[in-house]
Amino acid sequence: MAVVREITFAQALNEALDYEMSKDPKVVVMGEDVGQYGGIFGVTKGLLEKYGEERVKDTPIAESGFIGTGVGAAASGLLRPVVELMFIDFLGVAYDQIYNQAAKIRYMFGGKAKIPIVIRTVSGAGASAAAQHSQSLHALFVHVPGLKVVYPSTPYDAKGLLISSIEDDDPVVFIEHKMLYGVKGPVPEEPYSIPLGEADIKKEGKDVTVVATALMVYRALEVAEKLEEEGISVEVIDPRSLVPLDEETILNSIKKTGRLVIVDEAYPRCSFATDIAALAVSKAFDSLKAPVKLVTAPSTPVPFSPALEKEWVPSTEKIETAIREVL
Amino acid sequence: MLEIPKEKLLWIYETMVKIREHEERVAELFAQGKIPGFVHLYIGEEAVATGVMAHLRKEDFITSTHRGHGHFIAKGGNIKASMAELFGKATGICKGKGGSMHIADLDVGELGANGIVGGGIPHAVGAALGIKLNGLDNVAVAFFGDGASNQQNFHEAINLAAIWKLPVVFVCENNLYQISLPYSKQQAIKSVAERAVAYGIPGVSVDGQDVFAVYEVAKEAIERARNGEGPTIIEAKTYRYRGHFEGDPQIYRSKEEIEWWKNNKDPITIFEKTVLEKGLLTKEELDAVREKVKKEIEEAIKFAEESPWPKPEELLEDVFSTPTKGVLVWQW
Ligand SMILES: Cc1ncc(C[n+]2csc(CCOP(=O)(O)OP(=O)(O)O)c2C)c(N)n1
Repeated sequence: MAVVREITFAQALNEALDYEMSKDPKVVVMGEDVGQYGGIFGVTKGLLEKYGEERVKDTPIAESGFIGTGVGAAASGLLRPVVELMFIDFLGVAYDQIYNQAAKIRYMFGGKAKIPIVIRTVSGAGASAAAQHSQSLHALFVHVPGLKVVYPSTPYDAKGLLISSIEDDDPVVFIEHKMLYGVKGPVPEEPYSIPLGEADIKKEGKDVTVVATALMVYRALEVAEKLEEEGISVEVIDPRSLVPLDEETILNSIKKTGRLVIVDEAYPRCSFATDIAALAVSKAFDSLKAPVKLVTAPSTPVPFSPALEKEWVPSTEKIETAIREVL
Repeated sequence: MLEIPKEKLLWIYETMVKIREHEERVAELFAQGKIPGFVHLYIGEEAVATGVMAHLRKEDFITSTHRGHGHFIAKGGNIKASMAELFGKATGICKGKGGSMHIADLDVGELGANGIVGGGIPHAVGAALGIKLNGLDNVAVAFFGDGASNQQNFHEAINLAAIWKLPVVFVCENNLYQISLPYSKQQAIKSVAERAVAYGIPGVSVDGQDVFAVYEVAKEAIERARNGEGPTIIEAKTYRYRGHFEGDPQIYRSKEEIEWWKNNKDPITIFEKTVLEKGLLTKEELDAVREKVKKEIEEAIKFAEESPWPKPEELLEDVFSTPTKGVLVWQW
C-alpha cells in the first residue's frame, strides 16, 4: 500500500476547496481576508492566485450583507458559494440570514428552491481569545431545522466532509475547531467524499461508549489509551456531522457497552451533549447500566486568562473521572 | 492653529508618548510570550485618541475597539490594572476575563473595547441617549475603524443618533486597512466622512497624524454635541505602523510604505517639531515627560508580572450580579 502523506487540517480543507473550485465554476469563496491573505487561519491560501478575484472575494466586514448575498446567489441557482464567517462568535451579526433565510427558503417555497451554500466557520477555546472569540456554538445551528451541521476532527474527515458539503444542495454550516488547524494526519491526494450523517468509530471498545466532538475526540482517545492499560475498554465515537446525525452507530454502541459518556466543548444547557443524552435515554434506556455522564464546559463565558481557560475546557482528567464513575 | 494652554500641550505630549511607550513594551512582552491571546497595537495612531480626548471630561463616555489601548490610556484609565489584564492576572481591570480586546474602565467613562467590529458604536449612542434624557451636558464618542464603517451597526447607530440629535461624536480612525484589505477596496468614496450626508449630519476629514488638526475638529464637534446640536462624523486619516495584530506577516503592504509614514507623518515627531520651533515647550520639558512616562509603564509591568493568577473558583464568578449557586452547571 502506498504511504499516504500527512498534511494539516487547514491544508486538507484547502485541498477540498481547490478541488471543488477546479471542478465546478459555480463554486465561489467569499469572506473577510480570504483572498490575498488566504484566510486568517490559512484555509483559502492560494485560491485567489488560481481562480482570481471574481471567484475568491474579499468582503468588507458585513457578515449579514455577504452571507445574505451568498444565500441569494445560491437560491438563484447561479452559484454555489462557500462563505467564511471568521469566528462562530460573530454569528449574532448575521444570524438572521442563516436561520431565517438560508434554512427556511426551501421549506417556504414548497420545496422548489435549492440553497447550496456552505458557511465555514471557526469554533473553540484554547487560544486565550476570550469570551467573544472562543465559543462552541454548534447547538445554535443544530437547533434550527433546515441546516446541516458538520464538525470534523481529523484532516482526513475534514477534506472528505468539506467536499460532500459543497456538493450538497442544502445549506451546510461547516465548523472548524481553531486548535485543530495545525494537526496533521494522513490524507489521500486524490479527492474523495465522506457522506454527511455517517459517524466514525475512532476506537473500538466494549465497556463504555464515549461520544466526542472535534478537539474532544483527541482527549477522549488519550484517556481511552490510558484506561486500556488497566483493562478498561473504551469505544470512542465521533459523530462528524451533527445534522444529519448517525443515531444508529451511537445507539448500537450504547447497546453493546451499556454505558455512555458524552464529551463536548460547548456550554452544557440545551447542548449537543444533552441532545445525545436524550437520545440514549429515550432510545436505549433498557441497555443502560449506569446514568449517562456529560463532560462539558461550564455555564460561563470563556475566560481570557490561560489559568482560567484551562479549567474551562473539558480536560482529560474530567473525562477519565466521568468514565470511571459510570463503570 | 488654536491657542492651546501650556498645561494641555504637556498633557497631549505625555499622552501620545505614553501610548507609544506602552504599546512598544506590550509588543516586546507579547513576543516574549508574557501576554497571551490577540494583541492589536495603536502605534502610529496616537494623535487621534489624544486630540479627541483632550476635550473630554472624566464623565464623558467613549466606546472603543479591538485596538483600544490608546483610547483607554488617553481617557485616563488605570494603566497598572490594564497591564495586569493584558497578562491575564487576577488584579487585571477585568479580573483576567477580558484581555487586550476588552480593556474597559467605567470609572473613567470607558464603556468598553469590543471584539466585534462595529459592536461598540451603538453603545455610545445608548450612552448619549442616557445623557440627553438625564439633562446632562456630557458627550459620548464612538471610536471605530474604516473597516467598521461598513458594518450595519455603524449605519444603524448613526442614523438613530442623527434623528434623535444625540450628543455623540463618531470618530473613524481610517488607518487605510481592514486587516489586509486596503481602504480603496472597501468603499467607493474618498472619505468615510462623506457618509454623513446620508444621515443629514456634518462630516469632516482630518489629518490624523497632526494632533493639532485633530484637536481643532474634535473641539468643534464635541462643542456641537454638548450644545445639543447633534452628532458629527470625524474621519481621521491615520496609519498603524505594526501589523493588524502582533504576529501578522503583513503580506498586503510594503516595508517602504510603512517607512514613509514613520519618516514623514509620525504624530509625535510632528508635535515635537512644532512646539520646539514655536518655542511653546523646551527640549528639557519634553525629555522630562518621556522619563516620567517610561517609569510609569515599567511600574505597571512590574505590577502585572508580580500579580497572582486568578484562582480556579473565580471562573464561576461574575456571570450574574446576584448569587448564582446551583444555577451554573459544570458537570451533570
Ligand atoms: C463583526 C466582526 N467581523 C470581523 C472581525 C475580525 N476583525 C477584527 S479587526 C478587523 C479589521 C478591522 O478593521 P478596522 O475597522 O479598519 O479597524 P483597524 O483594525 O484598522 O483599527 C477584523 C476583520 C471582528 N472582530 N468582528
